[in-house]
Amino acid sequence: MILGLESWTLARPEIFLAAVTMLLLVYGVVRGEVATPFVSVATSMALLVTAALLFVPYQEGTAFASLFIVDRLTTTMKALVLIGAAAAVLMSRAYFEQVKAWRFEYPLLVALATLGMMLMISANDLMALYVGLELQSLALYVIAAFQRDSERSTEAGVKYFVLGSVASGMLLFGASLIYGFCGGTAFVQISRALLDGKAAEIGVIVGLVFVVAGLAFKISAVPFHMWTPDVYEGAPTPVTALFAVAPKIAAISLTVSVLMGPFKPLFLQWQQIVVVAAVLSMALGAFAALRQQNIKRLMAYSSIGNVGYVLLGLASGSEKGIQAIVFYLAIYLVMTLGVFATILMMQRRGAMVENVSDLAGLGKSQPMMALAMLLFMFSLAGIPPLAGFWGKLYIFIAAVEAELFIPAVLGVLASVVASYYYLRIVKVMYFDEETEKLDRTPFGINRSVAFVAALLVTVFSLAPQPLSLIAAAAAKGLFP
Amino acid sequence: MLLQALAFYVFAAVTVASAAMVVVSRNPVYSVLFLILAFFNAAALFVLIGAEFIAMILVIVYVGAVAVLFLFVVMMLDINLTELREGFLKYLPVGAMIGIVLLAEILLALGILGAGSATMSGLNAHGAQVMAVDNTRAIGRVLYTQYFYLFQVAGLVLLVAMIGAIVLTLRSRPGVRRQKVGDQINRTKDQAMTVVKVPTRGGVS
Repeated sequence: MILGLESWTLARPEIFLAAVTMLLLVYGVVRGEVATPFVSVATSMALLVTAALLFVPYQEGTAFASLFIVDRLTTTMKALVLIGAAAAVLMSRAYFEQVKAWRFEYPLLVALATLGMMLMISANDLMALYVGLELQSLALYVIAAFQRDSERSTEAGVKYFVLGSVASGMLLFGASLIYGFCGGTAFVQISRALLDGKAAEIGVIVGLVFVVAGLAFKISAVPFHMWTPDVYEGAPTPVTALFAVAPKIAAISLTVSVLMGPFKPLFLQWQQIVVVAAVLSMALGAFAALRQQNIKRLMAYSSIGNVGYVLLGLASGSEKGIQAIVFYLAIYLVMTLGVFATILMMQRRGAMVENVSDLAGLGKSQPMMALAMLLFMFSLAGIPPLAGFWGKLYIFIAAVEAELFIPAVLGVLASVVASYYYLRIVKVMYFDEETEKLDRTPFGINRSVAFVAALLVTVFSLAPQPLSLIAAAAAKGLFP
Repeated sequence: MLLQALAFYVFAAVTVASAAMVVVSRNPVYSVLFLILAFFNAAALFVLIGAEFIAMILVIVYVGAVAVLFLFVVMMLDINLTELREGFLKYLPVGAMIGIVLLAEILLALGILGAGSATMSGLNAHGAQVMAVDNTRAIGRVLYTQYFYLFQVAGLVLLVAMIGAIVLTLRSRPGVRRQKVGDQINRTKDQAMTVVKVPTRGGVS
């Protein structure tokens, strides 16, 4: 029986999310614009319920004729993605109401994109990978252009769409070569064919390079990062917050499971590519951000740099490396959500501002907000003993144990350079003369998200052990 | 067998002739109509080699959607063909070269120029295997069982495309008068008519 009952129970979080999204879509279409607040809250609740469904009861296995796989790693990654997406939906209301683009399709498109991310995390076949990736990408293209009266948002959407389509094309081309040479698209078939001596075939290597290039675009690793700063700056801020967390975590998880799964026999081949991409990303993330004035653009370069560290963990190819990646991503999720919650509170006379210089004097006018931002920035810079430091430490330990000495040293140097621009924000907040005060936003969801994020960063800084154990359990999924 | 060969030559000749007419005809609307004719004949050729599923898809997708879209574009936009033809002689050598390369590749693949005969016989062997069951049924058998998951997700992708197109283009314009049939029918005599007593020399105010 190909579609046995276990297929349905195994995929129940995805089925639940899809069903709820479609019901809410019908409700939104029938009720019109009045439905927006309800649809938004219901969507974020549905995302959280989906996250809960992942664990009660926890199950493992493959479903739908082995196209779909669930193990500890996919479950953990899905949980991170769902938390990121739910927070991004909750944080978006104030912004979109202000720019008069508050419509019920936005949370639903985020939910559909999240569904695509879950499907691609669980992909166990090149075709399943592709459909999941397209579901995610298409929804993200639309929400990048969601504020359609803004020229910059539309530009971001078009840019993302065109470059994303090129990347999808590259990925498909590589997949077709691999299918041709390995005789199948299932990950099991590919890995069996590679172990049977197909690994030496030049066609497989070329296919692998194209697949890695396509995936590198989705995680915005150098040299496929060109779209990131423009899209992050142009897209509406809540959308940027979503882009910086959920799709990135999903694409990294996909990259990890593709490279460490079917392409494990080609480890020596892809390791070179991943090391080069990692070093370049860390360097570009550090140097290009130095002169940025726009804080969203700065966060874009920061995310490119962070992807570099994650790729360094992947290049080590060990269980410890994967554990470090999961740990790093969990902390990255919390820090990034906190930073964007703070950015969303940056308003002056009722209008959003997004320059670093606008933060001047925040240390005096709003000490709590400045303190939270200080915590996130110190943590992103990797200053011990904050959470970001532990993340980087685990990555570097894994890299050194895999004898990647030079990339690890370069990574440490890049993080020193990068700490300049993180600390510059702190300096602007506390030591620069304020020009004009930022508005004091009323207590709301953004303030709570920033508060919870700051709290979690503190907890992870003082006690990284529980999170590290969760990450270790997740990494076991790839190394049974 | 003779009938099949005859049918093949008729359909092939019409395909080639109408494809040529797409390029040569002066009126762009005629070009699109010839394109549709070419699609129909290509579909007939597919039926002849036993690929009835591709034939139907060709008619539905290319004739039903793509060609109609072309027709819309041609009719909406004011295209000046003489302007388009201006560079014809300049680009002719390049175009001809690409054509010759493509022709050589096809001949190579078919094994006429010596190489590649092995691949062709391999393909034929595959074909014989598949022909045991007609191909719509063969696709249906895997599409709704083995690839059920992909089929459903593809449906979701289309749903996202639809929502996206509506979100990015639909604008609610205030002040546009629409016909509301329900309101029209619900109108009662009292709402629609008033009886006014008109005083002499007063007029109706």
